[in-house]
Amino acid sequence: MTAAILAGGRSEPRWRSIQRVFGGQETILLLCLIALFVIVGSINPRYVAERNLSSIFLGNAYIAVAAIGMSMVIISGNIDISVGSLIGVLATISGSLAVGGYPIIVSWMVPLVVGALVTAFMGFLVAYLRIPSIVVSLGMLSILKGGLISITAGAWITDLPAGYGLAQMRPFGIPMPIYFMVLLTAAAALWMRYSSTGRSIYAVGGNAEAARLSGISSKRTIMTVFAIHGVFAGIASVLFATQLSVIQSTVPPNLELTIITASVVGGVSILGGIGTVIGSTLAAILLAAIGSSLIFINVSPYWLRAVQGVLILLTVLADLWRRRRQMSRR
Amino acid sequence: MAITDVIQSERRRPALSHWLHHEVVLALILVLSLLVLATQTDRFLTTENLLNQGRLMAEVGLVALPMTFIIITAGIDLSVGSILGLTAIILGVSWKNLGLPLGAAIFVAMSVGTFAGFVNGWFITRVNVPPLIMTLATLALYRGLAEGTSQARSVRGYPEWFFELGQGEILGVPTQLWILCLAIIVAWLLLAYTAFGRSLYAIGHNETGARFSGIPVDRYKMIIYTASGFMASLAGCIFVSRVSTTRSDMGTGLELDVIAAVVLGGTSIFGGVGTIAGTVLGFIMIQLLKNGLSLTGVKGDATIIVIGSVLILSILLTNFIQHRRGDSE
Repeated sequence: MTAAILAGGRSEPRWRSIQRVFGGQETILLLCLIALFVIVGSINPRYVAERNLSSIFLGNAYIAVAAIGMSMVIISGNIDISVGSLIGVLATISGSLAVGGYPIIVSWMVPLVVGALVTAFMGFLVAYLRIPSIVVSLGMLSILKGGLISITAGAWITDLPAGYGLAQMRPFGIPMPIYFMVLLTAAAALWMRYSSTGRSIYAVGGNAEAARLSGISSKRTIMTVFAIHGVFAGIASVLFATQLSVIQSTVPPNLELTIITASVVGGVSILGGIGTVIGSTLAAILLAAIGSSLIFINVSPYWLRAVQGVLILLTVLADLWRRRRQMSRR
Repeated sequence: MAITDVIQSERRRPALSHWLHHEVVLALILVLSLLVLATQTDRFLTTENLLNQGRLMAEVGLVALPMTFIIITAGIDLSVGSILGLTAIILGVSWKNLGLPLGAAIFVAMSVGTFAGFVNGWFITRVNVPPLIMTLATLALYRGLAEGTSQARSVRGYPEWFFELGQGEILGVPTQLWILCLAIIVAWLLLAYTAFGRSLYAIGHNETGARFSGIPVDRYKMIIYTASGFMASLAGCIFVSRVSTTRSDMGTGLELDVIAAVVLGGTSIFGGVGTIAGTVLGFIMIQLLKNGLSLTGVKGDATIIVIGSVLILSILLTNFIQHRRGDSE
């Protein structure tokens, strides 16, 4: 990097900063999103009608919120494939508390605490007992999913009390999940960029040994990241549980994959150390917008997952191409 | 560690801990839990039940063999469940809708499945996409192709001879159990006794080192991912034959069962460590635990709690023993 700047002469830094703004994953995602709205909107104007747009955001904001925590976990060099089951469990806990007559604020807060405890335990196994995160979360997936289904048998939770529907509230005419998505993304992005703990996540994921030598406790960082991830999973579960007037107490199918996909398409490198939560939030919106667009351009929704797969591949290829160009410039 | 220490510990080391490999620990746990389960119900330890469990375990077992190869090279293949589903759909569509004879349809389906594995291998070696990402992408892509092709229509009404594969018996033993045994022997010989198999360990330990010592890393990786696609498609055909119908959601979550079996069998997710014997113990243990627990009255979904706990505990135990032995790798 330094060598490139030195060799490139004076005009290089400015060109670099322009390139950094326009070549970043976030900008590409934003451009894709705009292009999608323009193209599909011109084919079928109902796609960009307020009703459809708000249903895209409403129904998927919780995925973006969960993807924030997931991105942190992946940036730290780990992964959590149990998050879908965790969200299912937490949503059920939240709904059961609300129906059980506890104050509504309790039913909103308990999932955050339980989520943080569960993932902190996973972080403990990963960081201190050195079991790979993919194994820990694979085991946890079975435990959570099995526990949930054997206790509830997938029953529907109904008769939720009035005032429980957090995701259905619309302060100042804007749906609540959108506030959560935007504010949490902004807060997490600032925290990861400017706080020392936030920076140390990148350090641990980028080069654990170097991080250790520069005095960062990678064990504590990983455990912190997992605990924070649990809080985000908790918030996501409350948004998920409160968006309809019933909750099905099962694990939403493929949820963990959708969340990981959002992180990866958002530019978070699975090798750790690279990525931003703004990217993952934009990617979550883009994935949802693409899913919704299929119906409006008369493509069977059964092709959705194929489109998602191609999208991940394109993202990865674009990223590799960009890196190769940077390497050759060096 | 000073030399005297090594000599001392060599002398002190009891024969017991020397034999406490992961496979042995696993075999002990397996025998122990089987004995406990057998005392709880008399329907568990019968030839009929065990053979039937063998039938159910064949699909996971077949896919777990190449998965062991892949994880030994520090790779992973998340797309196996989707390849199974895609194979099943191609089989159904090319037989029913395209009117191919069933034999040809099986050939086409397995070619597609094998090619799907080859595509994984090609991107991983030629374009350098990390295996986790590549197979995450194809997990979605192949399942999407299966769903898109089938449009949620199922295919049934296969001719009688096809069911021999998944429901038939040879000499009183389920057909697919013979196939599984054959595949286990081939995989074991390949991994333990050929230059190819030994190279996989080298790749998992130190890929750059393996490259410099002249191991054709890319070709070997391509072979194992293609083999994974082939085995997943074979499992797909057996699956369709066993349940006599074709649906696009077949094999959903198979990758997790398979990876759990391989990891439970002591193959390190970091690569370089693992055996076929361990994997075989791994999937036998998962299947028999599920079955034994459900026979003793534990509800079906609660059994996977036990599997998850056993998975984490067995790795903890092995880590602990290795740590005590001081040969942490």
